[in-house]
Amino acid sequence: MAPLVPFIISNEFNLIIALIAGIGFGFVLEQAGFSSTKKLVGLFYGYDFTVLKVFFTAGVTAMIGVLLFGQLGILDLSQIYINPTFLQSALVGGAIMGVGFIIGGFCPGTSVCAASIGKLDGLAFVFGSGLGVLAFAEGYPVFEKIYLAEAWGPVLINEKLGMSKIVFGFLLTAIAFIAFLLTRLIEKRVNNDQSSLPKNKVIMYSSAVGFAFFVLILIAIIPDSPSRLEARINDVLHQDLSKVEVPADKLASEIVNNYYRINIIDVRSPEAFKAYHLPFAINIPIDKMSDRQWSKILDQKHKVNYFYADAHQLAKQGYLKAGFLGKAENYILIESSSDFKKLFSELVPPASDASKKEQNTYNFRLKAATDMKMLVEALKNSTEPVIAKTTKIKGGC
Amino acid sequence: MKTQKYMNPYLAGFLLGLVLLGTIYVTGRGLGASGAVKSVVLSSVVSVAPEHSANTPFIKTYNEEHPDGPLNDWLVFEVIGVIIGAFFSGVISNRVGIKLERGPNITNQTRIIAAIIGGALFGLGSQLGRGCTSGAALSGMAVMSFGGIITMLAIFGSGYAFAYFFRKLWLK
Repeated sequence: MAPLVPFIISNEFNLIIALIAGIGFGFVLEQAGFSSTKKLVGLFYGYDFTVLKVFFTAGVTAMIGVLLFGQLGILDLSQIYINPTFLQSALVGGAIMGVGFIIGGFCPGTSVCAASIGKLDGLAFVFGSGLGVLAFAEGYPVFEKIYLAEAWGPVLINEKLGMSKIVFGFLLTAIAFIAFLLTRLIEKRVNNDQSSLPKNKVIMYSSAVGFAFFVLILIAIIPDSPSRLEARINDVLHQDLSKVEVPADKLASEIVNNYYRINIIDVRSPEAFKAYHLPFAINIPIDKMSDRQWSKILDQKHKVNYFYADAHQLAKQGYLKAGFLGKAENYILIESSSDFKKLFSELVPPASDASKKEQNTYNFRLKAATDMKMLVEALKNSTEPVIAKTTKIKGGC
Repeated sequence: MKTQKYMNPYLAGFLLGLVLLGTIYVTGRGLGASGAVKSVVLSSVVSVAPEHSANTPFIKTYNEEHPDGPLNDWLVFEVIGVIIGAFFSGVISNRVGIKLERGPNITNQTRIIAAIIGGALFGLGSQLGRGCTSGAALSGMAVMSFGGIITMLAIFGSGYAFAYFFRKLWLK
């Protein structure tokens, strides 16, 4: 699952990605005419709305794409960088940038484009923006109060507006479409343009808008990837899984003899796990199983996984989910964790008239329990769960 | 050879959206620009005036958080890409050449001074607002960041509010 950095693409190679992304960015900006200051400023005087058209189309395209990838489960939206909200600095900083835009005729990205093709005013703007950054750094104490005020964290606009992401997606796309229509009218009036759009362009534009809404509807009606996974699990839940079900005694002997070749996975809640868990068990709550950090356990071929819970149904769900998430060899413990505890930690010696078989079972469990205890004690340090370092993706300017 | 026309804005926007989407898909972050300027400027200050930098809290913090300097900064590499991409685009559309664009009623000198002042304001504002039109506004819109969209509205709102006062720079 994406984003590919840092799990699939290393942070070093990420710099090459940056270069490639930048080439695409710079090429499109220049092709769109953003290296021309007159074209950019036209936005503010109504004679050329190229900026709005390019900007809004790009934003809507990327937004719909992000929504779609998220819904399909190929992009983990919880991992991507969301610009944090600092209300005051966003408003004041934005207002200063607006003045800079109208006086300087560029924004940082476009000035770099302009400078790249030899525009001296673009170069002057880049130089100026360096001075501005320096002024901010030197004068930071003056700005600090505004800079840090009203820190809301990475809030999403749809949350603020009290709507779902997809509803906001529809809303923004509709706003963009209306803005395109209105700005065309303004452009025509300011430039004294009487022409109307040729028919093939009208068809092209309407199909593009239609396509955007079609994708949005698709996102709205297809179930998201966790619920699709759940549906698949429920479909097969009634199946007979007795072939992969393992009794507690078998698991206990695996632990004693082969602890290094197995993973014992507790799919219950962390609280239940804390209260009691099997020796060497790791806690992967059922709803966290798709987290990327667990793929190295669920998707490997070196160790066999044993799933258990308190309710047998939950253990089965964990087993089935693991089957969809990876290709490891998986088994289910028949007994619940409390039964396992009773069998091995709260052993009751059999009555004196018990059968030979009962006596043997007792002896086996007693030995297994002692061995497991010794193993846990001996391997305490090496089997403590390693806390996975989660790297937060950085972004912004 | 004649200078070629600019690309259809909606097509350019769609392509830009795909570049942004691809960047988010691969790296989990959006595009940017002003951050690269920041990286280069602050790193230069650190190497030119190390003592002064150590006494300036903002630069000190930045330097501690970015010990590898501009050569290991994502945005610096991205902006190097922007330069290459824009130059390439300029070459194939025959738009490369030393030029200065200005409004009809001002001198070249005024234009350069205005560009420097505008750049300085944009540079300062982008630090305060934690990103510019690319990093905050465009990338913020793609991921539905409230802060990014507020910054965008503030940039364009203020541009319109002040356009009247600076019309002499641009109009007849």
